[in-house]
Amino acid sequence: MSDHRVIPEPPKTVLHMKVNGVRIEEAIRPHKTLLEVLREDLLLTGTKHGCELGECGTCAVLVDGEPVLSCLVLGVACQGKSVETVEGMANGPELHPLQEAFAELGAAQCGYCTPGFLLTAKELLDRDPDPSRETMIAALAGNLCRCTGYLKIYEAIELAAARMRGVK
Amino acid sequence: MLRLPNFHYHVPATVAEAVALKAEHGPHASYVAGGTDLYPNMKRRQQEPHHVIQISQLRELHEVRDEGGHVRVGAGLTLTAVHQHERIARDYHALAEAAESVATPLLRNMGTLGGNLCLDTRCNYYDQSYEWRKGINFCMKKDGDICWVAKSSPKCLAVSSTDTAPVAVALGAAIEVTSAKGETRRIPAGDFFRNDGIDYMKKEHDELVTSIHLPAPNGWRSSYMKLRRRGSFDFPVLGVAVFVKFANAKGAAAKDAPVEEARVVLGAVFSEPTIVHGAADALVGRPLTKESIEDAAEAAFKIAKPMDNTDYLLSYRKEMVMPFTKRALLKVM
Amino acid sequence: MSAKRSQNDGGASSRGSHRAGEPTRVVGKPLRKVDATDKVTGKTLFADDLVRPRMLYCKLLRSHLPHATIKNIDLGPALAMEGVVAGLTGAEMPIQFGILPVSQDEHALALDKARFIGDPIAAICAEDEETAEAAIHAIKVELEPLPTITGIEDGIKIDEPRIHDYGTRGNVHKVVNLQFGDVEAGFAEADHVRDDVIFFEGNTHLPMEQHASLAEWSADRKLTLWSSTQTPHYVHRALAKVLEMPAARVRVIACPNGGGFGGKSDPFNHEIVVAKFAMMTGRPVKVTLTREEVFYCHRGRHPVLMRIKTGVKKDGAITGMHFQSALDGGAYGSYGVASTFYTGALQTVTYKIPRYHFQGIRLFTNKAPCGPKRGHGTPQPRHALEVQLDKIAEDLKMDPAEIRLKHLTPPDSVTANYLKIGSMGLGECIRKVVAGSDWKNKHRKLPYGRGVGIACSSYLSGAGLPIYWNHMPHSGVQLKLDRSGGVAVFCGSTDIGQGSDSVLAYVVAEVLGIDPFDIRVVTADTDLTPVDLGSYSSRVTLMTGNAALQAAERARELVAKAVAEKLEAKVNDIVFADGRVFRASNPDEGYSFAKAVQYAEAKFGTIGTVGSYTPPRSPGRFKGAGVGPSPAYSYSAAVVELDVDPDTGAPQVHKIWIGHDIGKSINPLLVEGQVEGSVYMGLGEAIMEEMVYRENRNMVHKIPSMLEYKSPTTFEMCDVETYLIEDPDPNGPFGAKEAGQGPLLPIMPAVANAVYDAVGVRIDEIPVTAEKIRRAMRDKERGREGRFGPTKFPDVDWGDPLVVPPPWEGGDGKPLEEEALKK
Repeated sequence: MSDHRVIPEPPKTVLHMKVNGVRIEEAIRPHKTLLEVLREDLLLTGTKHGCELGECGTCAVLVDGEPVLSCLVLGVACQGKSVETVEGMANGPELHPLQEAFAELGAAQCGYCTPGFLLTAKELLDRDPDPSRETMIAALAGNLCRCTGYLKIYEAIELAAARMRGVK
Repeated sequence: MLRLPNFHYHVPATVAEAVALKAEHGPHASYVAGGTDLYPNMKRRQQEPHHVIQISQLRELHEVRDEGGHVRVGAGLTLTAVHQHERIARDYHALAEAAESVATPLLRNMGTLGGNLCLDTRCNYYDQSYEWRKGINFCMKKDGDICWVAKSSPKCLAVSSTDTAPVAVALGAAIEVTSAKGETRRIPAGDFFRNDGIDYMKKEHDELVTSIHLPAPNGWRSSYMKLRRRGSFDFPVLGVAVFVKFANAKGAAAKDAPVEEARVVLGAVFSEPTIVHGAADALVGRPLTKESIEDAAEAAFKIAKPMDNTDYLLSYRKEMVMPFTKRALLKVM
Repeated sequence: MSAKRSQNDGGASSRGSHRAGEPTRVVGKPLRKVDATDKVTGKTLFADDLVRPRMLYCKLLRSHLPHATIKNIDLGPALAMEGVVAGLTGAEMPIQFGILPVSQDEHALALDKARFIGDPIAAICAEDEETAEAAIHAIKVELEPLPTITGIEDGIKIDEPRIHDYGTRGNVHKVVNLQFGDVEAGFAEADHVRDDVIFFEGNTHLPMEQHASLAEWSADRKLTLWSSTQTPHYVHRALAKVLEMPAARVRVIACPNGGGFGGKSDPFNHEIVVAKFAMMTGRPVKVTLTREEVFYCHRGRHPVLMRIKTGVKKDGAITGMHFQSALDGGAYGSYGVASTFYTGALQTVTYKIPRYHFQGIRLFTNKAPCGPKRGHGTPQPRHALEVQLDKIAEDLKMDPAEIRLKHLTPPDSVTANYLKIGSMGLGECIRKVVAGSDWKNKHRKLPYGRGVGIACSSYLSGAGLPIYWNHMPHSGVQLKLDRSGGVAVFCGSTDIGQGSDSVLAYVVAEVLGIDPFDIRVVTADTDLTPVDLGSYSSRVTLMTGNAALQAAERARELVAKAVAEKLEAKVNDIVFADGRVFRASNPDEGYSFAKAVQYAEAKFGTIGTVGSYTPPRSPGRFKGAGVGPSPAYSYSAAVVELDVDPDTGAPQVHKIWIGHDIGKSINPLLVEGQVEGSVYMGLGEAIMEEMVYRENRNMVHKIPSMLEYKSPTTFEMCDVETYLIEDPDPNGPFGAKEAGQGPLLPIMPAVANAVYDAVGVRIDEIPVTAEKIRRAMRDKERGREGRFGPTKFPDVDWGDPLVVPPPWEGGDGKPLEEEALKK
């Protein structure tokens, strides 16, 4: 076997990106994933992790508006990009309609997969303000939840979508 | 938390720079586009490049161009972009289907067409952590010298698990690569792969896959079927891509027209996507009927030799070659 | 309905003015959870989210051999690495621990031998996790392989080498042999006897959160451990024992669990190791397991091979049942002795079984240890029973729903094995799902490839006995009311996502007439909160609910007395509602809740009350009678409708109708969530999830990853129609029973039965996968039996049974003496 660290530590790079609208400047090593940068360097622990191999969807965040798995994105690859995490969803003290609906309808049980679902769902509603169940099933097929069986999550997204469309 | 090992990170500005970097660092360097294949492998220490060359920022890899009838699709397109691309979805339906069936929506936002074509072969003795692999004293694909799938096998039996490659082979597409010498060559997809779990691509190590050239849509039809346990996440454990061109094919008339050209390609049963020549023999020269489809499926079934290194029992994967081939062909009927 | 039913004798169960059936203001409403906002904003701090100044990181070196003698461990090269702070081997923590007093068989780090791939044998702590990881690989280990025990057959046959030097014999951990009445006589008077062998493969919890723990040691010799645990009280005891610390100086704080399902109910190696490291280094030490390590912690569903022999009359009445189970326990005891009893305990609580004989055996094998997963030991036998009942119904040409309805165990009865049944709403559950699913027009009437299946189940609302023998309450609640009107509830229970913190707030708010969101809930901290045994056995709503009810009623009594005095009213004329305390006969006459508390504080001094709960004593008086009794049993019935693709055998479940007898919903929204989640997990177990090893490849876990361990995605999850049946149980707070586990149980058998209805093959093995269905279909096409599953149960030396005559044969719950047996 080779040394488990493979090579000696290369120098740090200064990463400039926006996280939840805030400019960030952070010196990081290239092998640090966005997940690690968010949780360990920026202490944004709202982004969770369930496998770090891209097999569960728990660590999903939005990079330039697109849902991706932060465990498989390098921090340095986010140079100049804009990242949104669950901490950035609320508008000041006002929860995002998805957050409100998830809380209201019991879509978060243990809450561990919830940030990943919220961000994936947010991008879905950005694209499709009135998604059918089939659309939701396809869009959320990369996020695993062990508590809810997904049903309350669909209901919450439907409620949030209706409210965002102005349906009472 | 499972973490990446250290590496030097390079962000070349052009394809030329990228291939030069790869040539400079040789086998110790890896290209990375979406990272959905390489990074998990690195975290499990299956691959340990000292240099990682990011290529997703290279604009040249993101173009979709019509080149006199045929279409050149940049290797850097994400799989989401591929299946959502209007032209691809219309004219190259099987490719769109295959791209849309890869992994999950999140991973398709990251993973690229080129990455999926070059996907490392998979095996559940190999796609494990360093600690796990130590438990079996490693295998010949990494750190060891035996193939645990079949201990007497002289070569690695890891499985080609790409969804898009069988389609590329079926369509008769060509894969364009660029080398450090600045040479660009197009390799027919059918010649691009090798039935060896370790050395599974015929491109040189410095060569970068830059695009895939799809043949002009002139009446042929294609489809892709995939066996996996779940509707998402899972790699194919059997893939069937079919291409059928009818003589004088035009719309409804195709029904009785004899098949002029056909390719049935099996994915995920060998270390490379595999053309079933017997299937083409069964199809060509006859109209596409239940009988000819049955014969083609039989031919595919005969050659398939899945091994016990993926999900599902190997006997079941073998058995499924018949219904999956039939269904793939029925879809183009 | 059953509100008139008398309470069980014994403990301090529900009492006071809040009885089942009374109108409520908070209880029964679909409110959000008290922690919901934190969970949707990313504010909830799970164990791995915690960071302390100067924190070190720990990694465990795990055995890469399934069974081996540890010859030597040299930490030297690892300790020499820059950034490595300390290392540990088993020798530094030789005291054994384990969840059950009878199975103290674990070491924080293996002492002399490793018992499965993944068994921790050494540990390193370092300045960062990467350094700790690299250092783990630098440790020099000499292991000498031992022959392995690969499964049930091996465990029964191979006595040497022994995995442990305790247990019944060889590699037999435990044998149970309990006989309630003459089963052979029962078979003799039966019109029909069926004998089936069925296998249920093991599976695991797969919580989304990987276990993590953080320990801190202070210079005044106090230890704090934050951990993702469902049972802080048991972790507290294990830490004190292994670290030889006074328990009073050990504080365990259970963080909110990112999913538990039973997988975080044992004290774990990593919890003890980080505590030890914190004591050694004086610095905070954190460990976060990788997903693969979570698979090695396991404690999941035991693989169980079962033989079930049942005699029935023509009308389906059971005359006797003989049930045998063999459990593949894995490498350690865990809850295994209890699991073994549970595979024989609850057969009797759904349908009348006049004579019952249970024989169970648990084997030690060189695999990750099994333990309690949602349903603990009961889903496997329930599956076998419900599948066999489907076959019996067919043999007797009866409708499978009717055969169940006809022979239900009556409410307020005692079973052959001395379980006391209170409310029993299974009949209504069955009627609801039969009507909702249009069962009568579907069963045996759908086109080939589509089918329906029905199955039922029952589960405990908490176990009747604690894990370690004691006379203290199972759950305690303290309530603090202060002059601001603020109310704080303190309880040792742990919220694992099921909403137990919310239940505490709802119950207290109901009694005190205030808004549940005004209440502070402080839980799962052994320094601050009174003991609750933990979030397992579906015990929390009933037990902490009752304790909270008692504490709240005591507080209300104090406030009511003070207010009555001020208003010159009678105490029982005082009402608490909408944040006010007032005279019932004249609601305008009264005070805000805060003002009322001030009067109470002035009259009585500082207001604090306590409540506690101990389950009623169960009637069984034999060895083994401790497993099975519960204050109340929940009931569920499910109908599954699915398609089986005839060419591929692939099952696709379309819809599940499920009726659940909840007693009374404290919050129907949360109950529904528990039911839907149970259906989801049951569906996974039914069709795809399995924990499997490569026996011919050094016993490696075949698939320790989220990718290859198949948890259903949105595509596999089906539509669910839930019917909540409210038949309040006098032992439950407001009549409530459990919801978190019971509804999982009927899913697997209902799926297997539906597959038979769809394509006419019996898959007598869980999971019911496409390849098994296809195999059985092919066999059937070729004229063989259309069945996939085991054919024989191994020969086992069961020893002499403990004979306990059932109540209707004059039994008093005690076993017959040997003298009586000879007669």
